[in-house]
Amino acid sequence: MSGDTTGPAGTPATPSASGAPTEQPRLRVFLVDDHAMFRAGVRAELGAHVDVVGEAATVSEAISAIAAYQPDVVLLDVHMPEGGGRAVLDAVRRAYPQVRFLALSVSDAAEDVIGLIRAGARGYVTKTISPDELAAAIRRVADGDAVFSPRLAGFVLDAFAARPDASLADPELDQLTNREREVLRLLARGYAYKEIAKELYISIKTVETHVSNVLRKLQMSNRYELSRWAADRRLV
Amino acid sequence: MVAGVAGGIAAHVRVPATAIRVALLVLLAAHGLGAVLYAVYWAVLRDEDSAQPVRRDFVKIIPFAVLGIGILVAMTLVFGGDGLSLAAGWMLALVVVGGGLIWHQAEPSRMTKLGNLLGDRRPAFVLSLLGGGLLVAVGIIGLAMVYYPVEGGPSLSVVALGVAFALIALTGVGVVAAPVLWRTVTALRAEKEGRIREQERAELAAMVHDQVLHTLALIQRNAGDTAAVTRLARGQERSLRNWLYKPMGSAEEFFASAVEEAAAEVEDTYAIAVETVVVGDCQVDERSRALVAATREALVNAARHAKVSTVSLYVEVEPDEMSVFVRDRGVGFDMSTIDDNRHGVRGSIVGRMQRHGGRAEIRSEPGEGTEVRLHLPTAETRQRQAADDPGWRTHVWPAAEPHGRPAGTSKETS
Repeated sequence: MSGDTTGPAGTPATPSASGAPTEQPRLRVFLVDDHAMFRAGVRAELGAHVDVVGEAATVSEAISAIAAYQPDVVLLDVHMPEGGGRAVLDAVRRAYPQVRFLALSVSDAAEDVIGLIRAGARGYVTKTISPDELAAAIRRVADGDAVFSPRLAGFVLDAFAARPDASLADPELDQLTNREREVLRLLARGYAYKEIAKELYISIKTVETHVSNVLRKLQMSNRYELSRWAADRRLV
Repeated sequence: MVAGVAGGIAAHVRVPATAIRVALLVLLAAHGLGAVLYAVYWAVLRDEDSAQPVRRDFVKIIPFAVLGIGILVAMTLVFGGDGLSLAAGWMLALVVVGGGLIWHQAEPSRMTKLGNLLGDRRPAFVLSLLGGGLLVAVGIIGLAMVYYPVEGGPSLSVVALGVAFALIALTGVGVVAAPVLWRTVTALRAEKEGRIREQERAELAAMVHDQVLHTLALIQRNAGDTAAVTRLARGQERSLRNWLYKPMGSAEEFFASAVEEAAAEVEDTYAIAVETVVVGDCQVDERSRALVAATREALVNAARHAKVSTVSLYVEVEPDEMSVFVRDRGVGFDMSTIDDNRHGVRGSIVGRMQRHGGRAEIRSEPGEGTEVRLHLPTAETRQRQAADDPGWRTHVWPAAEPHGRPAGTSKETS
């Protein structure tokens, strides 16, 4: 568990070697986190579900390794030296649009969460997430959907709160539909996608669509409150 | 004795109040100056020392002002308008008032805290200092002109010349003293910044020492007891998070803080994690306090009966309604068995919400977990609704309800 670790050369992606033939090919996942202990833990937990093709402890390592491995999903720590997950996203996202990013952090600071999403991450989960849930989240992100932790859902509801005085530059992007709000509320209440679908009498696919739309709005909207709201919360 | 001015001055200068009163009386004889001074001091000086601010009674002071002016007028009439000494008296009064102002600001206890110079009170401080200085200067110049009149009367040019010389002299002194002053101010500022940094460091060190190290020690001692370790770690995590990200309002003032505090208490008491998400906020009042209490009860129920390690708490404050959802994925229970033996649910949750004009719904199925939903209309909404439909508040669980509001306006984007 000590020290420096770029993708261990001894762990090339060996897809079906484990003898567990699944319908879907195993996802190739890359870990970026400056805590070796945490990387080791995630690697062990996820081993049954996905292939962890490599890890990086620093921003520069991550940038070159992601380019080399081109994994399906990158698990990205928010807080690292040299600019954190944000710097990694900014450096590789444009060059490798097919690589999806899932932010994983202990931080609950709103500006971190919103910042990462706006930089291009397709989801945000906290490090206390259970291994099964993490695996499901990775799968979901790899499929092009979004993953919102309850707290992120709460942040978004707060940031997109319907304010009567708010001037909307782009009504489509700058506000949530009632249905999206309902989905977010249920997410914030701790419902899984399946439960949300049951609760609202819609399909899981529709739930995923709603969440993806919210993610898009969160990334694209220039809504004034978004920045102001995040700034309000940063008062330390 | 009337408005406490003599007493105040006495306390300030640390002279017996009687002496001040005598002095004022003596001055009273000098063209009623005493009374005028009394009035002016009363108006100008703030009485800060007394813990309880003395209410200024304007009626009380009017007789003094009138008396002073009356005596002045009388003296002028009786002694045939001794203009010279009258003017001298007034100039003296100016000097005394100005000096009083400066003196008051330069109180020793303030001067010791030199940092105050750079503090937020600076504008007022400088203003009264300048004003006082101006008064003193005008008074002294006036006195000089009264007693040592320039030959041929105080011509304007002579006065202007004098002022010009004074200004030149002052500028000279200023040029000499400015660097020193500047250095002093800079040093003061640096010292202040250093002190703030030092304070922050000390605060951080204290926090780490009192909390983190303490918790780590406790965790080592309880290493075998998983529940205790979890509880300790969770409590410490919460406290650090609050310290880092949320220097928000106190639980007495803000609803969100109150809810979070209640959740924290339940976490600590029952060694579970409460995943709290709060959207919006409002002031705490009697009704929202009741909502917090009901929320707490719902959390406690989940912690005690659901047999889970995590409970979700979602709180949303909307303009017309406050909503709370407490959800667990625990063992659940059969709704028909809870009627009378579970006072927590009946009295503390459902009853409490009803009393405050809200409602509570509880959904549970064995093996599926439980969700408690609490809704409390805001005060205005409640009034409006009471006017519309007095029977509204009787609508209570168990009401068969499909979730949520009609989704007519939502659109299904592809």
